[in-house]
Amino acid sequence: MTEEIIIAGFGGQGVLSMGKILAYSGIMQDQEVSWMPSYGPEMRGGTANVTVIVSDERISSPLLTDYDTAIILNQQSMDKFESTVKPGGTLLYDPNGIIKHPTRTDINIYKVAAAKEAADMGNPRGFNMIVLGAYLKVKPIVKMENVSKGLKKSLPERHHHTIPMNEKAFARGLEIVEAI
Amino acid sequence: MSEIRLMKGNEAIGEAAILCGADAYYAYPITPQSEIVEYLTLQQPEKRTGMVVLQAESEVASINMVYGAAAGGKRSFTTSSSPGMSLMQEGLSYIAGAELPCVVVNVVRGGPGLGTIQPSQADYFQTVKGGGHGDYKLITLAPASVQEMADFVPLAFELAFKYRNPAMILTDGVIGQMMEKVQFPEQTPRLTDEEITEKYPWATFGRKGGRERNIITSLNLKSELQEQFNIKLQAKYREVEKNEVRYEKIQCDDAEYLFVAYGSSARTCQKTIELARAEGIKVGLLRPITLYPYPYKAIDDMTSQVKGILSVEMSAGQMVEDVRLAVNGKVKVEHYGRMGGMVSSPGEILEALKTKIIEG
Amino acid sequence: MAENIKLEDIIKEENKVFIKTPLLTDNELSYCPGCGHGVAHRITMEVIEEMGIMEDTIGIAPVGCSVLAYEFMNIDMQQAAHGRAPAVATGLKRVYPNKYVFTYQGDGDLAAIGTAETIHACNRGENITIIFINNGIYGMTGGQMAPTTLPGMKTSTSPYGRTQELAGHPLKMTEIVATLPGVRFVARHAVDTPARVRKAKKAIRKAFENQNDNKGVSFIEIVSNCNSGWKMTPRKSNEWMVENMFPYYPLGVLKDE
Repeated sequence: MTEEIIIAGFGGQGVLSMGKILAYSGIMQDQEVSWMPSYGPEMRGGTANVTVIVSDERISSPLLTDYDTAIILNQQSMDKFESTVKPGGTLLYDPNGIIKHPTRTDINIYKVAAAKEAADMGNPRGFNMIVLGAYLKVKPIVKMENVSKGLKKSLPERHHHTIPMNEKAFARGLEIVEAI
Repeated sequence: MSEIRLMKGNEAIGEAAILCGADAYYAYPITPQSEIVEYLTLQQPEKRTGMVVLQAESEVASINMVYGAAAGGKRSFTTSSSPGMSLMQEGLSYIAGAELPCVVVNVVRGGPGLGTIQPSQADYFQTVKGGGHGDYKLITLAPASVQEMADFVPLAFELAFKYRNPAMILTDGVIGQMMEKVQFPEQTPRLTDEEITEKYPWATFGRKGGRERNIITSLNLKSELQEQFNIKLQAKYREVEKNEVRYEKIQCDDAEYLFVAYGSSARTCQKTIELARAEGIKVGLLRPITLYPYPYKAIDDMTSQVKGILSVEMSAGQMVEDVRLAVNGKVKVEHYGRMGGMVSSPGEILEALKTKIIEG
Repeated sequence: MAENIKLEDIIKEENKVFIKTPLLTDNELSYCPGCGHGVAHRITMEVIEEMGIMEDTIGIAPVGCSVLAYEFMNIDMQQAAHGRAPAVATGLKRVYPNKYVFTYQGDGDLAAIGTAETIHACNRGENITIIFINNGIYGMTGGQMAPTTLPGMKTSTSPYGRTQELAGHPLKMTEIVATLPGVRFVARHAVDTPARVRKAKKAIRKAFENQNDNKGVSFIEIVSNCNSGWKMTPRKSNEWMVENMFPYYPLGVLKDE
């Protein structure tokens, strides 16, 4: 199994840390992983994306031009990455702020209203965990128990008190993802 | 070995340095290697091992701080990215000329000038052909994974002290910024001052026990003596070339074509091999791990087997000159690579293999 | 009768008026006769000998006339790139905090090409001694203008005399570093008379002793002559120094904390 994912959105949405949790979850079940961010002077509000690969085999290139899954969290990322999903692949997006919805018919499209849900839950920082839950519902590439372990590993000790909130958000993501 | 960790290549450099018993780190921040400076200031290695971490006022200062500590027999290192590395060339030439051991990491970005902060491999010439003045060489290691970033720090120190020569880890923004699994060895204790006195009788730390004075210098006003020194230095480099060539061959057994690539380009080439072989094109990869000394012979040996070689590097074509030297006209050699911080995609490389080598 | 007197009859302990410190080598000094470097070297080495710190002292030589200081100073020495001695000293002192580390630099080295390294080592309060020889000229390369060259002074690169319009004002590095909290002891001395030599040596001793309590940089400027570069006899150059250099670079202790 090899899953090649691009997660793309705004800086501050937790794009990079979501990728990190996913990568750590893969490590927890002895898989090979890579995490490659777009890096640069982008700060909160700028674009941010990360390529995550989880595989049973040694990973070749950490940078890719097409993906098994694109997780898209703003319009700019939709414009840039919809076309990069491999035929038969998966596109998961949050419709919040999306004007031009995806139009491809050769891929599987899902949506998760994570921004709205996070606000409703009173936990805006749980946004990325809702998205991660939605993704792993659609593509269960890592076991749930390993997500918990991965979450714990990727958070510094001083943030461990947020784990229950994050797990709750994650569980909510599993519930609210919809196929289009 | 430690538990498996998920870390950026840059952070792995920092952690590996602490664990291998480095004594001092002097550096100046620059993208895309600032994580090393940040990691090492955050880790407070002065509390873990007594290792010194100091942010210098410039790369000129940091390489000279390394000079001072290295001249005292301590394991010191610095890190930077391309524009900062240009500033260090003076210091590197002096360090090579004074035969001091140290480690320098260049997380390469696109140039020339201020260029871009995105990944590049266009500092190859500067590194292996001598960016500073005079006849000198840097032992150069090119990691292609986060694990190698970690592994090559102790290796670089080992080679640096073995040959009393600066050792360079030449990497790029991809390997520096990416996270992968990495495992570290147990902590190696730093050498005590007594051990340094014992192991490095050339070092300057005071005339212990009234011994004769030690002098660290690269100056020789008498040309006859300077030439003798140059001859000695060259003899040392021949030893390095004899003993330290390192490379990896991937899917070369049945290869009809060959990629030569190091660092992140080697990773992209591995992906390209998957694509090519799916189309029935038998291509392999020879990945130089040491860029100096360069695996000329290993590449030459492949010429009896392959019909053509594509050198892949994120540059206008620097390493390709060494591939051509190795091949000496026996088979076709071409270069492919994006520049300016653009990373070649596996699809582009496959296309280049077809047009430049197979059909060309 | 004269042929019966042997050398060892003359060289007797009770006859000696001067003993060269063993911390100066027997190598012939490369400095011009009349130059202040020789005396500055001697008093620095005498201080190290008298303090008994030879086994724990490392000197950093610059680029300039004193590039070969390591040929004459019989202690462990490092030779630094032009201007970088304070950075080299920083790197060394940080890994050997209990050793004595000093730089010995000229005006071109310390006040031109090495200004940044000087200012920042001083500002960090490195626990080192800096000995700064200021003779207002680049001696080694043949008498070119230095940042400390006086207004109107003729050098090979200011052949009609230094002008403020073209080259700005002579740089008073000693006054500048004295403003920095990382610097605890700043003094300017000269070595042209026995009295001034004694004062300079005392200051250098203090600058080394200061390293015992880790309170920052001790910075000693020695205003010196360059009879060759100034194109004067040694005696004349010393007179010229007193008349012209001292008013611009006044001797004395600028800071002692």
